[in-house]
Amino acid sequence: MPAADASSALLEVRNLQVDFRTRNGIAHVLDGIEFSLSKGEILGIVGESGCGKSMTALAIMGLVPTPPGRIAGGEIVYRGENLLKASKERMRRIRGNRISMIFQEPMTALNPVFTVGDQIAESIVLHQGLSRRAALDRAVELLREVHIPAPERRIGEFPHQLSGGMRQRIMIAIALACEPDILIADEPTTALDVTVQAQVFDLLLELQQDRDMAIVLITHDMGVIAEMTGRVLVMYAGRIIEAAAVDDLLENPQHPYTSGLIACVPQLSDEPEAEREALMEIPGVVPPLTELGVGCAFEPRCGFRMPVCVQSRPSPVAVGAGHSAACWLMEDADRQGADRQGADRRDGDRP
Amino acid sequence: MSGPADRPLLQVRDLKVHFRTGSRGPFRRQTFVHAVDGVSFDVPRGTTFGIVGESGSGKSTTALAIMRLAPITGGTIDLAGARLSEAEGNDLLALRRKAQIIFQDPYSSLSPRMRAGAIVREPLDLMEIGDPEGRDGRVADLFGKVGLRAEQQALFPHQFSGGQRQRIGVARALASQPDLIVCDEPVSALDVAIQAQILNLLRALQREFRLTYLFISHDLAVVQYICDEIAVMYLGEIVEQADRISLFKRPLHPYTWALLSAVPSAASKRRGRRRVSLEGDPPSPIDLPPGCRFAGRCPFAEDICRTEAPARREIFPKHWVSCHRVGDDGVPPHEMYPLANGPGGPGGPARP
Ligand SMILES: Nc1ncnc2c1ncn2[C@@H]1O[C@H](COP(=O)(O)OP(=O)(O)OP(=O)(O)O)[C@@H](O)[C@H]1O
Ligand SMILES: Nc1ncnc2c1ncn2[C@@H]1O[C@H](COP(=O)(O)OP(=O)(O)O)[C@@H](O)[C@H]1O
Ligand code: SF4
Ligand code: SF4
Ligand SMILES: [Mg+2]
Ligand SMILES: [Mg+2]
Repeated sequence: MPAADASSALLEVRNLQVDFRTRNGIAHVLDGIEFSLSKGEILGIVGESGCGKSMTALAIMGLVPTPPGRIAGGEIVYRGENLLKASKERMRRIRGNRISMIFQEPMTALNPVFTVGDQIAESIVLHQGLSRRAALDRAVELLREVHIPAPERRIGEFPHQLSGGMRQRIMIAIALACEPDILIADEPTTALDVTVQAQVFDLLLELQQDRDMAIVLITHDMGVIAEMTGRVLVMYAGRIIEAAAVDDLLENPQHPYTSGLIACVPQLSDEPEAEREALMEIPGVVPPLTELGVGCAFEPRCGFRMPVCVQSRPSPVAVGAGHSAACWLMEDADRQGADRQGADRRDGDRP
Repeated sequence: MSGPADRPLLQVRDLKVHFRTGSRGPFRRQTFVHAVDGVSFDVPRGTTFGIVGESGSGKSTTALAIMRLAPITGGTIDLAGARLSEAEGNDLLALRRKAQIIFQDPYSSLSPRMRAGAIVREPLDLMEIGDPEGRDGRVADLFGKVGLRAEQQALFPHQFSGGQRQRIGVARALASQPDLIVCDEPVSALDVAIQAQILNLLRALQREFRLTYLFISHDLAVVQYICDEIAVMYLGEIVEQADRISLFKRPLHPYTWALLSAVPSAASKRRGRRRVSLEGDPPSPIDLPPGCRFAGRCPFAEDICRTEAPARREIFPKHWVSCHRVGDDGVPPHEMYPLANGPGGPGGPARP
């Protein structure tokens, strides 16, 4: 995928390959991931579960479980340094100091037997070498920054005493402890109610603006993508199948999977009186990664598939400024010629 | 079908479900969770009634009470003209045929050691519906209706994808030819692309069998899409109720308004991302505040809100709201006093 401007990139991922050994053979969990992230930008990653969104994040963090996983190739370049070549010790320093991550379920990421203050302070002591006392003061400051009321009292509480939204803010506070320039948020609000989700997103936007921090926001919600991100990667079966600026992607999706993802979810509408049409369906399910053929991974579910689609895998091609898609339709703009036999197939999912 | 045609299939009146909890406080008084606290609504046959609200607002408990799976503390539930809330023994069994439930989690709601065919057939056997051979045919038929193949009856739940498991759940719910199907977050656990498959299936089945749905979800876009009438719950109460067009066109309760403004969408971005920030979390359903339960988070709360519970008023025909500050002319507080950061606000300072 074309990088916006290679020189301004904070992080560049090039041809990243991650393999997992499974009972059914080798799975190419990430296959040729390429993108760049600039300072202060919010990059969205969207796709169904199992498409490799979290694995992309884990690879950047140097946290791919090995074995069974293995980085099989590529580069992850952060400020000129290839992280895949960095020592374990160096990676530990980068994680938390420079690149931080927050996870979907804040309860499992927090240790239930330590107070909130201890957990934040621990991270500060580890990464910044402050004394415990100073670290606790800093923890109070951070809780204030993520808008937790009465932070002096809260640092003495345990995770189960907090609501879900509060816990996610604690996770953000821990992630921010060392002023990272990249925050990776993996479905940070999936477990939260919408009003609380809105608070967490407001907080992320504020931090991005105040600190000029880059955010990688992983989600399966196109509404979140629309509201929060500037540029978007759409992933399918371990690959980026489309990349574009958010408005371009939503108004002018090129890959059939992207258009399907946009059209299959009801969007809250200002005109509820409009006729409710049947939702567009993407039939079937994401195929097991060990069973991918040589063709386009989306082919079994695609309404536009053509003979070439089973024979070889399409590579990303530029379809506009900063917009690329990996689909044979892009090569052959004449969609009318496409074999539409599957366009209205609705046989549901197959095991 | 039983009951006069003009009578709603389901009538819920002042339903209360209170759970006893451990005693608390210095005087060790008995405390109660007011999970559902005086809820009333009607669901006409062949329509979909939605319940939305945040986690813990009492949606599932309402559903379980209607299924007679939660203890009913007070109020009445009538199904097809019969008093479901007080039915016992054979009467209850007969009524149970008429109402079925589909749960959120297609992974845990199906018995792992039963084959799919047996899972769908079980309610027919339990309720002794039809003769045994007839049941075989009925199960095969149901598999077809929900988009599964007849030979998949021999498989176990783990051999199906999440969407297919939910289809099994739907087939099982349909088996006894119920009038009412309670759907408690039926698509929340499914991948986005699979949600559409199940929502389309539910709508198609509704048209075919004139089913009535009670549809519970915290996803407002899904509710807007699938429901005809919607109740918004907050801490055990319905704070607003209206048909889908009125509710989404012009929410009257400040909570509904805040909820809608919090949903991220391409449309909300075009409007300029104005949303009402609700501070804090809902209070505990154990120690409920006097007055309006939303007062602690409401940007429009006044003294009266903190002392007196607002009455439920029918502001427009079939549009009910419980809020002191909605005028009798139907103008809600968020239209009278636009917030600086609120949707539709002028961007100027708030005028509280
Ligand atoms: N068996 C029970 N004993 C005690 N309290 C209960 C019980 N079941 C539910 N509650 C409480 O009743 C309230 C309402 O719960 P309910 O499950 O109905 O919420 P909900 O609206 O379905 O929430 P969610 O969106 O999380 O599913 C909550 O405070 C819950 O903790
Ligand atoms: N420990 C593991 N062993 C084998 N496969 C794994 C493991 N962790 C993840 N995978 C596989 O990697 C793929 C991508 O997973 P993930 O990045 O978690 O997806 P997403 O975040 O998009 O839902 C999936 O097919 C998943 O099954
Ligand atoms: S390459 Fe072929 S199968 Fe794949 S998305 Fe494009 S048209 Fe569909
Ligand atoms: S009654 Fe008062 S506190 Fe309750 S919603 Fe209305 S204005 Fe807000
Ligand atoms: Mg994930
Ligand atoms: Mg529930």
